[in-house]
Amino acid sequence: MELVEAIILSVLAASTPLLIAATGELVTERSGVLNLGVEGMMIVGAACGFGGAWLTGSILIGALFGIVAGTLMSLIFALMALGLAVNQVATGLALTILGVGLSGLIGAGFVGERITPAIHLHIPGLTDIPLLGRVLFGEDAFVYFSIALIIGVWWFLYRTRAGLILRACGDNHISTHALGYPVLRIRTLAVMFGGACAGLAGAYLPLAYTPFFIPGMTAGRGWIALALVVFASWRPGRLVVGAYLFGAVTILQLHAQGWGVGIPSQFMSALPYLATVIVLVLLSRARTGGSTAPAALGTVFVPDR
Amino acid sequence: MRKSLLALAAGLLLAGSVSAASAADKLKVGFIYLGPIGDLGWTYQHELARQALVKELGDKIETTYLENVPEGPDAERAIEQLVRAGNKLIFTTSFGYMDPTLKVAKKYPNVHFEHATGYKRDKNMSTYSAKWYQGRYIQGLIAAKMSKSGVLGYIGSFPIPEVVSGINATILAAQTINPNIKVKIIWANTWFDPGKEADAAKALIDQGADVIMQHTDSPAAMQIASERGKLAFGQDSEMIKFGPKTQLTSILDTWGPYYIERVKAELDGAWKSEDSWGGLDSHMFAMAPYTNMPDDVKKIAEDAQAAITAGKLHPFKCPVIGQDGKEVECKGGANLADGQILGMNFYVKGIDDKLPGK
Repeated sequence: MELVEAIILSVLAASTPLLIAATGELVTERSGVLNLGVEGMMIVGAACGFGGAWLTGSILIGALFGIVAGTLMSLIFALMALGLAVNQVATGLALTILGVGLSGLIGAGFVGERITPAIHLHIPGLTDIPLLGRVLFGEDAFVYFSIALIIGVWWFLYRTRAGLILRACGDNHISTHALGYPVLRIRTLAVMFGGACAGLAGAYLPLAYTPFFIPGMTAGRGWIALALVVFASWRPGRLVVGAYLFGAVTILQLHAQGWGVGIPSQFMSALPYLATVIVLVLLSRARTGGSTAPAALGTVFVPDR
Repeated sequence: MRKSLLALAAGLLLAGSVSAASAADKLKVGFIYLGPIGDLGWTYQHELARQALVKELGDKIETTYLENVPEGPDAERAIEQLVRAGNKLIFTTSFGYMDPTLKVAKKYPNVHFEHATGYKRDKNMSTYSAKWYQGRYIQGLIAAKMSKSGVLGYIGSFPIPEVVSGINATILAAQTINPNIKVKIIWANTWFDPGKEADAAKALIDQGADVIMQHTDSPAAMQIASERGKLAFGQDSEMIKFGPKTQLTSILDTWGPYYIERVKAELDGAWKSEDSWGGLDSHMFAMAPYTNMPDDVKKIAEDAQAAITAGKLHPFKCPVIGQDGKEVECKGGANLADGQILGMNFYVKGIDDKLPGK
C-alpha cells in the first residue's frame, strides 16, 4: 500500500510540469498558432523562477518570475510570427534555441545555490487519511493548481463566448476576421497565455521538483508537452489523461527496472514516445471523434485592411 | 558619461593590444567543453583543472576554452577554430569528440591533441582517462557498512563498460562486508536529466534501498536521498552542499595535475603521444572527505584507499566470478587485465538483474 502511494505521488509530481506546459500550448494552438518554442520558454522560466525565489526567498515570487519570463519570451514569438508574419515553425524553433542560451546566461550567477523547496500541504486530519490523504491533500500547490488550470481552460474554451471566438480563430481566421473579431489580438493573448504556462511549468522544476538550478534542466520536457497536445487531439480532457499517462509510464518504467523486470531499459525509456505514436495512429484511423486539429493551425494570417 | 565610456573603450583597446603583444611568445592551450561550465559536474571539473593550470603556469601559457560544444560534426569546427587561433595543445574533454579530434589531428600534424576517455590515438593525439572503478570499490565498502536494509540503489547512465565496471567494483567490495548484499539498478539512459535522476532515486528508495549511488551527473539524487533521510554518494564533483547529512563521499574528477604535467611536457618539448589511464596513485581522481559515517567505517575506507593507491589492493582481483557462476578468464595474471576492465560487459555474481543488451 505504501509503495502504491509513493508511486502515485511520484507520478503526480512528474506529470505536473507536462500538464501545465501542455495546457498553455493547447490554448495557443486552439487559436491557430503553432508555437514550437515551449522548451525555450520553459527553460527561461526555470532560470528566472529559480532566480526570483533565490533572491527573495519566496517560492510564490519565484513562480511569478517564471510566469513573467515565459510571457516575455512568448511576446518575442508573437512579434515575429504574428506581427511580422514570419513562418511559425522556424520562429518557434529559434525561440527554443534562444531560450536555451538565455537561461544559461541568466542562471550563470546561481548555479549550485540552494533554496527551500515548495512545501507540501499538510491539512491535519485530511492529509493523514491512508493512501488517498497524501495524494489528495499532501502535494505541493503546483500539483493542484495544474488541475484547476486545465479545468479552467476547459470551461473557458467550451462554456464561454470568448472561448468560442478563440476556437473560431483557430478553425477559420478569415471568417472570424470577416465577422469583425480582432484575430491577431486574440492570437497574441493566446500565445501569451501559452508562454505564461510554459514559464510556470519551467519554474516548477527548480522550485519544487529538484530544488536547484542547472542549465538544461528541462531536458526536453517542452517537447513532450508539445507531443501531448497532439496526443490529446487538442482536447483538455484527453490532455489530463495523456499527461498522467506519460508521468505514469516514466515512473513505472523506473520501478520496473528496480524490480528487475527483464525488459531492456532503453525500450522502457522509449515507452512514453511509443505510446504517443500509437495513439496518433489510432486517432488518424478513427473517422469520427478523431483528430480535431484546428484547421488554421500554423497558417499565417495577414488581415487586409 | 559618453566621455568616460570612450575612455573605457580606449583603455580596453590598449589593454587588449598590450596583452596580445606579450602573449605572442606564450604557449596557447585550448579546451573544448561539452556542457556549460556551471553544470556542477563533468565540465565544471575540467574548468577547475584549467584554472589550476593557469595558476601554476599562467606566466608561460594562455588558455582558451569553448563551452557547450555538441559532440559530433560541430565539434570538428570548434576544434579547428582553436587550431586556427594558434593553440598548440588542445584538450577535448568528452568521449564523443574522439573522431572529430582525430580528424583535425590528422590535418594539423604540428598541433598536439589530448582526448579524454577515448581509445583512438595518433602521433599527435593522446588519450587520458581515470580508473574511477577504484573509487567505486571504496564506495562499495562504505555502502555495505552503512546500509541497514542490505539493499543498495544504483542509478546508471548508459550500460557502457565504464559504468558496468563501476557497478561490479561496488558489489565486489560490498560482498566482502556483507555477502548477501543486494543492489537495485535503474538505468536512466541519460547523463544529465535532474528530474529523471530524482525520479530514479525516489523509486529506489521506495523499493527499500537506503544508500543511493549514481553514475549520472546532477545532484538531484543526492537531494532526494537527503529529503528522505537516506545516504548517498556524489559524482564528479563535491555535492555535500545538496546533502550535508547525506553525502558519504564523492568521486572527484581532478584533472589538474594531469593538465599541468602535460603542458609542462609541451613547454619542454617533451610531449609524446600516450595513453594515460591513471588511478588514485596518479591523482587522476580523488575522494571527497569521508563524512556522515562512524570512525570505524571511515578507517575501512581510508585503509582501502591507501591500499589501492599503493597497488596492494585491486578491485578486480582474480578469480572474478561472473553472473552466470562461471569464473571470468583472468588475462592479467593476478587481476583482470586493463583491457578486460575497459571493455567490461558482464555483471558479477550477486547482482540479481540483467545487463541491458545481454
